[in-house]
Amino acid sequence: MSTTEHATDDVTARRGKAPAGEKIADWADGRLGIYGLAKANMRKIFPDHWSFMLGEICLYSFVIIILTGVYLTLFFHPSMQEVTYSGPYVPLQGIRMSEAFNSTMNISFEVRGGLLIRQIHHWAALVFLAGMFVHMMRVFFTGAFRKPREVNWLFGFLLFVLGMFTGFTGYSLPDDLLSGTGVRFMEGAILSVPIVGTYLSFFLFGGQFPGNDFVSRFYSIHILLLPGIMAGLLVAHLILVFYHKHTQFAGPGKNEKNVVGMPLLPVYMAKAGGFFFLVFGVIAIIAAIASINPIWEFGPYRPDQVSTGAQPDWYMGFSEGLIRAMPGWEINFWGHTLQLGVFIPLGLLFPAVLTVIAIWPFLESWVSGDKREHHILDRPRNAPVRTGFGVGWITWYMVCLIGGGNDILATHFHLSINDVTWFVRIAFFVAPVLAFIVTKRVCLGLQRRDRDKVLHGRETGVIKRLPHGEFIEIHEPLDQGKVFTLTAHEQPAPAEIGPEVDENGVERKVDPLTKLRAKLAEGMYGEGSHIPKPTPEEHAEITSGHGHH
Amino acid sequence: MSSEPGSHEDMSEDNLPSERAHDAHHGAVAVAGDAFADPGLPAHLPRRQDLDEQAAKHSERVVAGLFVLSMLATIGFIASYVTLKPGKIVYIFPVGHVSALNFALGLTLGLALFCIGAGAVHWARTLMSDVETPAERHPIEASPEVRAQVIADFKQGAAESQFGRRKLIRNTMFGAMAMVPLSGLVLLRDLGPLPGKSLRTTAWRKGMTLINPNTNLPLRPEDITTGSLTFAQPPGLSEDDDDFQDVIAKAALMIVRIEPDEIKDKRELDWGHQGIVAFSKICTHVGCPISLYEQQTHHVLCPCHQSTFDLADGGRVIFGPAGHALPQLRISVNGSGYLEALGDFAEPVGPSFWERG
Ligand code: HEM
Ligand code: FES
Repeated sequence: MSTTEHATDDVTARRGKAPAGEKIADWADGRLGIYGLAKANMRKIFPDHWSFMLGEICLYSFVIIILTGVYLTLFFHPSMQEVTYSGPYVPLQGIRMSEAFNSTMNISFEVRGGLLIRQIHHWAALVFLAGMFVHMMRVFFTGAFRKPREVNWLFGFLLFVLGMFTGFTGYSLPDDLLSGTGVRFMEGAILSVPIVGTYLSFFLFGGQFPGNDFVSRFYSIHILLLPGIMAGLLVAHLILVFYHKHTQFAGPGKNEKNVVGMPLLPVYMAKAGGFFFLVFGVIAIIAAIASINPIWEFGPYRPDQVSTGAQPDWYMGFSEGLIRAMPGWEINFWGHTLQLGVFIPLGLLFPAVLTVIAIWPFLESWVSGDKREHHILDRPRNAPVRTGFGVGWITWYMVCLIGGGNDILATHFHLSINDVTWFVRIAFFVAPVLAFIVTKRVCLGLQRRDRDKVLHGRETGVIKRLPHGEFIEIHEPLDQGKVFTLTAHEQPAPAEIGPEVDENGVERKVDPLTKLRAKLAEGMYGEGSHIPKPTPEEHAEITSGHGHH
Repeated sequence: MSSEPGSHEDMSEDNLPSERAHDAHHGAVAVAGDAFADPGLPAHLPRRQDLDEQAAKHSERVVAGLFVLSMLATIGFIASYVTLKPGKIVYIFPVGHVSALNFALGLTLGLALFCIGAGAVHWARTLMSDVETPAERHPIEASPEVRAQVIADFKQGAAESQFGRRKLIRNTMFGAMAMVPLSGLVLLRDLGPLPGKSLRTTAWRKGMTLINPNTNLPLRPEDITTGSLTFAQPPGLSEDDDDFQDVIAKAALMIVRIEPDEIKDKRELDWGHQGIVAFSKICTHVGCPISLYEQQTHHVLCPCHQSTFDLADGGRVIFGPAGHALPQLRISVNGSGYLEALGDFAEPVGPSFWERG
């Protein structure tokens, strides 16, 4: 009959003789089309740099959290039903506690390996959030968020924010005295929201604080809602990484149109797969030797009791700092109360800062006017304003963290808590600005050094005495790869508004937004924002003038 | 090849890595105009294992050794699980006193996992090919033809739907879509009761005695000693009650005795009994229970964010983020000589809220 049928027969015949593994693959390909997928991805090239592992740490700790979390759900009872403790931990025997606390005690003292899994879950959560924080910094400082990766920046940002809330809800589940204090904090913050705050709080807690509902509600949020959304975002994040292909640093043979590295199969499969086990192994060992959240030492939650020196997990520390440093402003009017002392830091400032982080890629491309794709990473020094801003932001975050531990600081270093608080209040405004200025200077200094290296070569440390007695250090010219690496970056000029008066002497209307943009662009790319990089002409002049050492 | 900075962006064909790879490691700066040009990928440097089978064999043994170690660790894990009792505490230097089971399980599991990872990474680094190769990137944007095709397809689809032409359909559809999520919102209504006035009141009523939570007995004025903080709760409250936590979250009380002439606030003095005054224990900042008392100054400190209140001056805030004074409970002594409340707090206790006023 037709030739196509013969062709199919041929294929079937050929496949008939294939080894078992290939047969299975053929079967799957016939249904799922896996060969098409594999062709594009199996030997996909990934560039190598230590900082590219940070994202992997996040991914792996997320997987570890899911694995251990599922195990915990098998033993944890998300109920606020009051029971009397009768387990093996003597100091709490006979104490009233919620079933949530009771079952966490059971996991920690009676289920074999339960404590280990709990501790792995909690340590992995800390690593997960720390990993995301540092990974985000890496992406920020190298400009990896630029087109076409802005959307992936947003996905990552959402993962970070949701991660904080997932951590917070999980931390609250055991219903112990420490986490309960954190929940009370959150309730107070919700109450401070104007107009709807009281209602939100009643709906969240099923009535007055603490009620009998929040553990079971936090439970479904913690194990289903947020992780579900995060899993989706994570997959989308990874798909985009594959689709865009990884960024790379400048270097010989590397440019905007290629990606240089080693193939997924086998090198990255082995390295990345192996790295998962390394991360898991290290976290397991930490969980073996370092206790975390020993709830039996805190006891069950009671709203009229508190443990002193109460501290949240590190990723919530900044909110402590914000709220401790803020003066207790409260306004009463027309029978209403505005608790600005709580609402400004947590309801306004915190979301505002998050928003700036989220939209940074769009801000930057708006200011620069640069709509091109970027696959070569910036060295942080070559974007001094961005780098300065990032360091300023980290400084601000650290000031908040310090503020969150002001009591610990005060008792530890015998300072007055008043002084520490005032220090934090001033540093809150001043430290980021100082950090920005210093960082920018350091960046410019490093640029200057790069320039010297390109033009005069590398210092060898070898001192030579010239015939007339002068001592000079021998400089060795850089090889061309190095010269290329150090001069590969762009130094864009700021976008100009153009003359405000046109050729007929008529004043042009320039809207304030355009003016603002031009100002920002001038600050970011104008004079003083960089050290002009050497040109080949300068290079030629100097190298021919000096001759070769 | 032009030589302005940035020109390497638009690389010409003859500059592509493969073409230039052969002269990459000369390192010498050849022509001045070309000094900043991309010399192309450096040549691959072979590792010891690539040249010396002996070294490769050694790497193989290391990797296999790590995998075997992992297997042994898993056996150790199972053995620990079976043999060690959950309650057993041991001293391990330098970690300190730890649960033997947790320590053994964590260490063996960690080792089993770590060795797999270490083996795989060592394998990749020493034995798998480490030749770097370039792959091309393609712009993410579609070509103009594809773009035109998609836009045309969409326009055709939209036209065929008559979406733009039949405005009535369009608008009612938007209306229906906008309204249907309302049901989901309405369903959330029963998450909790409406606040009503419930945040304005506590369990305290006129004539209630002040109960010592430790002994469950009513307090007498003699029980309140100078210089210490005494806690109290309303009578008839039991930890077994369903709403115990909700009630105590608002009714918790702290009582101090201050020399009457040290009390600066007239109303405070009036509301107490011979210098015995009762204040809400719940911080007006975000609601932590206050627990620290400094007897010389009569200051109490909230441990959460260090708000400090002056109990000799109407519970006024003297430091920290709290926004208003601690509410005071009016007390007196009843016929049997016990301290009693003369009513509820005059204002809501705990953190501020919109309707507080
Ligand atoms: C994705 C991010 C997640 C983070 C950051 C996170 C974090 C936490 C933290 C910090 C705790 C407190 C543990 C302790 O008692 O010290 C916790 C508890 C818990 N988590 Fe997660 N978790 C996450 C996802 C999950 C998932 C996906 C599940 C289940 C499928 C889960 C199940 C649990 C359970 C049952 C508890 C309470 C048991 C206990 O505290 O012992 N978690 N979580
Ligand atoms: S809750 Fe008391 S100071 Fe914040």
